[in-house]
Amino acid sequence: MSEIKEKALKAQNKKAEYGSDINIDEYSSNAPQYPAQDLENIDIVDKERLLNAGVDITGNERSGSFIQVDSSVLHASPRQDGIEIMSMVDALEKYSWLEEYVWNVVPVETDKYTAHAELNFQGGYFVRSMPGARTVFPVQACLYLKSEDVSQNVHNVIIAEEGSELHIITGCATDSPENRGLHVGVSEFYVKKNAKITFSMIHNWSRRVAVRPRSATRVEEGGVFINNYISMHQVESMQLYPSVYLVGKGATARLSSVLYAPPGTDMDVGARAVLSAPDTRCEIISRALSTGGRIVARGMLVGEVEGIKAHLECQGMILKGDGEIKAIPELDGKVAGVDMSHEAAVGKIARDEVEYLMARGLSENEAISAIVRGFMNVDIEGLPPVLKEQVDKAMDISDKSLF
Amino acid sequence: MLEVQNLTVSVEGKRILENVSLSIDKGETYMLFGENGSGKTSLIMSIMGIGNYQVESGKIIYKGEDITEWPSYERAKHGIGIMFQRPPTIRGLKLKQMLEMVKRDGKDPLELAEELNFTDFLDRDINLGFSGGEIKRAEILQLMTQDPDLVLLDEPESGVDIVNMGLIGNSIRELLQKDLHRKREKSGLIITHSGYILDYVEADKGCVLVNNTIWCTGNPHEIMDGIRSHGYEECLTCQR
Ligand SMILES: Nc1ncnc2c1ncn2[C@@H]1O[C@H](COP(=O)(O)OP(=O)(O)OP(=O)(O)O)[C@@H](O)[C@H]1O
Ligand SMILES: [Mg+2]
Repeated sequence: MSEIKEKALKAQNKKAEYGSDINIDEYSSNAPQYPAQDLENIDIVDKERLLNAGVDITGNERSGSFIQVDSSVLHASPRQDGIEIMSMVDALEKYSWLEEYVWNVVPVETDKYTAHAELNFQGGYFVRSMPGARTVFPVQACLYLKSEDVSQNVHNVIIAEEGSELHIITGCATDSPENRGLHVGVSEFYVKKNAKITFSMIHNWSRRVAVRPRSATRVEEGGVFINNYISMHQVESMQLYPSVYLVGKGATARLSSVLYAPPGTDMDVGARAVLSAPDTRCEIISRALSTGGRIVARGMLVGEVEGIKAHLECQGMILKGDGEIKAIPELDGKVAGVDMSHEAAVGKIARDEVEYLMARGLSENEAISAIVRGFMNVDIEGLPPVLKEQVDKAMDISDKSLF
Repeated sequence: MLEVQNLTVSVEGKRILENVSLSIDKGETYMLFGENGSGKTSLIMSIMGIGNYQVESGKIIYKGEDITEWPSYERAKHGIGIMFQRPPTIRGLKLKQMLEMVKRDGKDPLELAEELNFTDFLDRDINLGFSGGEIKRAEILQLMTQDPDLVLLDEPESGVDIVNMGLIGNSIRELLQKDLHRKREKSGLIITHSGYILDYVEADKGCVLVNNTIWCTGNPHEIMDGIRSHGYEECLTCQR
């Protein structure tokens, strides 16, 4: 047995550090299989729900697409030279060196979910930009849950080779807002020297889905990693705490999350960065809005060498009901000469702002919704206009539940 | 246009205005003087209908209707517009979006922004990091976009440099249709300490708030001069 399998077996019952404990046995890893299809022929997904997760099934204005439904990879192909998109199963067959990138930045023994992803591996995507290549449009990847009570276990590897630029949108959705399921997604990102990855992830799960992404990124010298995470819909239980390791001189990362928790939502979302090389920079920003759901917003910065600079910002707003937002920022400076700061606030909507807008002719509800939109409108770098529209649309929908 | 009748207002249980009466006709502009803390801001906030200014007694009549109980946005929709002395910052809400929302009819916010030399601010969060003078220009721009019939201005000149004072002065003239002589429809109530605004905008009358109420109404220049030479206390003894 391989060493990795062994570690996975040992970690099978290891509870995660955060988030409620999910009984994985309640979900089946044997979903029905679907045959591969061309993009234009894909008919077993709800295109509208995908669009809400930023995935345009026509593939227009995309440098390539990857679509996985439950455990079946329906489609994986690039549309641009210098960009590779494959299912992980195919990629592992094609490239023997890929093994080194698997369970490298995410340890397989992290918890029972990583162990589960290893022991019940069903695919996932491999996306790579070749040295010097740049995506014209974003690459899109879609992970879709269709069957009831299945567990989707994916393992993704994303590599931006030296000097390349890779932009990816990952949309996750269920077939209906009622689907019950478990999504375990392991993602390992490698940003090589002077390369850049912009990764935007939109979740459009259902109120009965449990979500346990496990991801980490290694950024080499001069590399840039931009990570945008957006979850604007009810989700039963979601917990993620991705890590970024800035290991090369001058590497930078910016991680933004926009989280909305209506009643019935339990989110525990964070981001952690370890700055271990000179002149590395990191900014972690989150906006959390609750109208009755629960959000734990975590953030951690670890400064290991002199001259690093990093900032953490968690802003929460509880609009109504018995929602809860817990902001937990942590700073860990390990040597002299680090510069790290944080800013956290959890509040309610400011009355003077509402009055101001009302004096300009907006009704109270219009005023509140304009303020909430502003609050959720972090300037997200690299968020393509379509995604921005999706966020706005999600806000339109949630408008009704704001009051 | 506006008639304030025996208005008594309190904020957080504290009485701030007592028996204030004031009447502004269509096309007229009033200057409102008074020392710091005398209640000038409170008076225009009450006319606007801002939430925490509680009307205890008295009435506000606007265009013949009793609006004392109206919410502020109804007053705004019916043509009352206010420049805030200290407007709040709204993060993430761009000035441009704000202008789109407050636009009543006709006027193109982008053209107005150009007139006020303010286009660079359209994509900024409203009031976030704006300097004192920039806040005034942003407020004027919003008012120009709203194009109100009754304009309430809270110290439009304070913190504004000479060049921008010209811009703001002209915008206020425009707001109040000062270049129209006969068919002037717009009315104004302008709070000022220095009276500089009078260099740009002629006022029909001036009035002074002292000890929570209006004491004196008359020629704005004379009142200004009176305050300069005798202070506000003098108004208490004035028989006008
Ligand atoms: N929310 C509040 N709570 C307590 N007191 C208040 C509140 N708002 C206003 N006041 C008080 O009411 C009085 C009048 O305030 P107002 O702002 O109307 O004065 P003003 O005439 O505009 O003064 P200035 O020339 O300094 O702008 C002041 O004493 C002020 O402290
Ligand atoms: Mg004042």
